[in-house]
Amino acid sequence: MGEQKAKGVDANPAMPGGAHISGFVNCEETVERLYFYLDGELTEERRVEITRHLDLCGPCVDAFGFEAELRKVIANRCKDHVPESLLDRVAHALRDEHAKHGH
Amino acid sequence: MADQAEFTDLAMEYMPPLYSAALRMTRNPADAEDLVQETYLKAYRAFGGFEAGTNLKAWLYRILTNTYINSYRAKKRRPEISDVEDVEDLFLYRHLSADQPSGLGRSAEEEALERITDTEVKDAIESLPETFRLAVLLADVEGFSYKEIAEITDVPIGTVMSRIHRGRKALQKALFEFGSARGLVGASGDGK
Repeated sequence: MGEQKAKGVDANPAMPGGAHISGFVNCEETVERLYFYLDGELTEERRVEITRHLDLCGPCVDAFGFEAELRKVIANRCKDHVPESLLDRVAHALRDEHAKHGH
Repeated sequence: MADQAEFTDLAMEYMPPLYSAALRMTRNPADAEDLVQETYLKAYRAFGGFEAGTNLKAWLYRILTNTYINSYRAKKRRPEISDVEDVEDLFLYRHLSADQPSGLGRSAEEEALERITDTEVKDAIESLPETFRLAVLLADVEGFSYKEIAEITDVPIGTVMSRIHRGRKALQKALFEFGSARGLVGASGDGK
């Protein structure tokens, strides 16, 4: 199982020693927070740090863009047609339920 | 009377996403239909206790999830694998990139995504162990927040996050394997 580090996501020349500059995070820390970032679940301070990294780092932008696109593909491919019979069944069941307990 | 009319008006529009979620949960159309019907009946009966102005969609998903866990899962006694292996960050991106000549830009990986079919995405989700399947489904297909998922599934938020993150990575690996099997992506990859 070979280490695959395509497109240099782990070694970003744009951020030399980035982790040590106050307020900057490196690629590894950025990728670790990718899901929190895309989910909108970071604190404002953290979000700004990641955004600042992304402003300077092409490889991380590409990786984040891919993950965001993947998210959309998953949501869009997961739709199913509701059978007409199910709509009827539920409507009937609710009407029966109302008749049982109505008045 | 008012309640029923109101319930039907408000709740019926959620039938398509609820049915899709039920299909991913039960992995069986007949069970999914029963599950949706039972969810609507329970929701109707409990609607008096629903607070107007709170999140109706999340409330319906909570009933759906509880009903699934309490009745449908219980009736199928086959033990399920309850964990996923740890998959590296950016698994799919890196495996797709590895097959592309470098320097062509990122659209090549995103084009590979476009070729993934509905069936492959559904099968990949359905291949995940239940707890991870539910977490990924609620987060990525339905778009609920971590907090909402914690409330829907009655699981602490830290556990929810871990399940979503690990489930997503496992999903990426499953997608890559299904895609590779069809020769659509990763011609040189074997999923490792």
